[in-house]
Amino acid sequence: MALHASTYEPKTRFGKWMDERLPIGRLMHTQFVDFPTPRNLNYWWTFGGILTFFLVAQIVTGVVLAMHYQPSAAEAFDSVEAIRRDVNYGWLMRNLHAVGASMFFLAAYIHIFRGLYYGSYKSPREVLWIIGVLIFLTMMATAFMGYSLPWGQMSFWAVTVITNLFSSLDSIYKGLGTAIVEWLWGGYAVSGVTLNRFYSLHYLLPFVIAGLVGLHLWALHLVGQNSPTGLDIKTPADAVPMHPYATSKDAVGMFAFLILFAWFVFFLPDYLGHPDNYTPANPMVTPPHIVPEWYFLPYYAILRAIPSKLFGVIAMFSSIAVLFFVPWLDTSRVRSTKYRPIYRWFFWLFVFTCLALGYLGSKPPEETYVFWARIFTAYYFAHFLIVLPIVGLLEKPRPLPGSITEAVLGKGAAAPPAPARATAAAKVKV
Amino acid sequence: MMRAEPACRIAAVLLIGLVSLAGAAAVRAEDAGEEHATARQSWPFAGVRGQYDRAQLQRGFQIYQNVCSACHGLKRIRFRNLAEPGGPEFPDASVKALAIGWPNKISGEIDDQGNPIERVPGLADPILGPYKNDKQARAAQNGALPPDLSLIVKARSLESTAPWYTHWFWMLVDIARGYQEGGADYVYGLMTGFRDPPAGAQMGDGMYYNLTFPGHQLAMPPPLSKDNFVEYQPDAGAKGSLDQNARDIAAFLAWTSDPNLDARKRIGWQVLFYLVVTTLILYAAKRLIWSNVKH
Repeated sequence: MALHASTYEPKTRFGKWMDERLPIGRLMHTQFVDFPTPRNLNYWWTFGGILTFFLVAQIVTGVVLAMHYQPSAAEAFDSVEAIRRDVNYGWLMRNLHAVGASMFFLAAYIHIFRGLYYGSYKSPREVLWIIGVLIFLTMMATAFMGYSLPWGQMSFWAVTVITNLFSSLDSIYKGLGTAIVEWLWGGYAVSGVTLNRFYSLHYLLPFVIAGLVGLHLWALHLVGQNSPTGLDIKTPADAVPMHPYATSKDAVGMFAFLILFAWFVFFLPDYLGHPDNYTPANPMVTPPHIVPEWYFLPYYAILRAIPSKLFGVIAMFSSIAVLFFVPWLDTSRVRSTKYRPIYRWFFWLFVFTCLALGYLGSKPPEETYVFWARIFTAYYFAHFLIVLPIVGLLEKPRPLPGSITEAVLGKGAAAPPAPARATAAAKVKV
Repeated sequence: MMRAEPACRIAAVLLIGLVSLAGAAAVRAEDAGEEHATARQSWPFAGVRGQYDRAQLQRGFQIYQNVCSACHGLKRIRFRNLAEPGGPEFPDASVKALAIGWPNKISGEIDDQGNPIERVPGLADPILGPYKNDKQARAAQNGALPPDLSLIVKARSLESTAPWYTHWFWMLVDIARGYQEGGADYVYGLMTGFRDPPAGAQMGDGMYYNLTFPGHQLAMPPPLSKDNFVEYQPDAGAKGSLDQNARDIAAFLAWTSDPNLDARKRIGWQVLFYLVVTTLILYAAKRLIWSNVKH
């Protein structure tokens, strides 16, 4: 990164002493203050920061809740109610954590769609993208196990349905699926033992996510950010230092998103949940209609769209796994969908498909709903396996601007000097 | 070419909106004919600003005490909750007297000699129903189990009947209005939904026909009716009737499910005020910082 010489100068004696032993201040300054960010980033780029905030917020509220929660089949439900009723501001902690999970997923989906729209997965960001998909998978596992903890009817039956998916492996090798399921359950049925291990893993996985986020940031800061034009930073004029430019914009995006978060926490804390989860788990009574949390509905629709259990499970896991291959499935020469006149239609069709699958996943598996779930499942996979490779080859992209600066200032405009800090700091150095 | 885009987008959004609204209006008109016991009611605690009505919660507790408590417990509510802010706010002294006089004693404890005892409840004890356990309840109730009512309002809801093309619209309307009262609507619908079974309905032994209950066959006999309802004190703020009783018990059970609603919404507006003001300040700061950079 020739554009990116460190301007860090420790000011205190302690700072200088530390810089020669563990230059963590230098690292932070280089990566989060001076770091060059494209000058044309829009608000869709603020979701990375928002997601980091939600990871930290979930860990903080989760640690507090864990002080009061009892992970046993007999006490789990009552302890959650005790948190809501008897712990000081326990209702607030619990709402922040439960709604926080939903907002975390909402932000993650926006972040993923942003990556898909602007081609942020394309070379040289393949590894960055793959780590992102791994974070997403770990988030799903964490959220699924977290949802089991209140041990309400929907918790219990969601665990039963989802863990039972592995029993479909019996049709490949007799007894394999059953063995896996019993190993997951820690017994012959979903029980307090299952709850215990889910609680343990639910506490562990967020720290795995935090580690993966570290790698995600490392990969990002090595190659630099993509931009709405899909162009990389080429000259100093294309970039602004991360602080105060990107940070001030991130702060606006984050607080605006927190308004939505607060709206749900304080006015609609149960809107995103299911009423059945306010009935204690009962293995003898199956709820009439088992549904997962909203953020899993599209995958649930895909699962139920396939008539065979085994292939339904394979399709469901493939719907995430296919994301790993997106960098190589997309054959387009340009990154940003802004310059792709044909693909942009398919992109919005894909967004619609995901929303439609979400709606269908919330409906009972009746004929009409299953029919449409099949249509949209077919398109979901066709989008990745057919549209991405073929449209990229056939399409003639619109002419790209020569650089980020040209995209912002128009062709022929004299490139102004890179703003503020970088130049000022350079002068000081001379 | 790029110029035309924003106009196209706005036109598309408007078109989708209009089509959905037309669809919604058509469906509403269709619905008008049928009898629906489960319709949305208006509640004092509804939406983003609503708060519980003390007098209504007190009347609701009267219904619970006089009618429901014959079979149903309220174990997640402790007597002290009845005197706390945000609830019915009965005077301390009368709650203490209520606890001491409550017919269902606290069991499971032992005396100094190690003998099991039953003791009179105090302010910190739960409001129990008449049955010691589920088996005893089923034995007394013809096999049916009267559920504990502390969470019943949160555990019930009204299903959305909007078709797919308006579903998203009504979802956004509910989010904007802060609609969370489906459980109270359901309890009101259940209380007022008892009817004679329609001709040809196959009713089980000892079952009662109810419009709201899923499957319409309910083991609970009508606890309230047009002729048999709870009359209130003259200063209770309302006159007794089936409809009023049903509203009051639903409101009281909404409180038992969600005893922090008043504080939650009050704090919510303070937090929102802070967030909106901070967002505006941050936006102004961002504009200032970026004012020397075209982007």
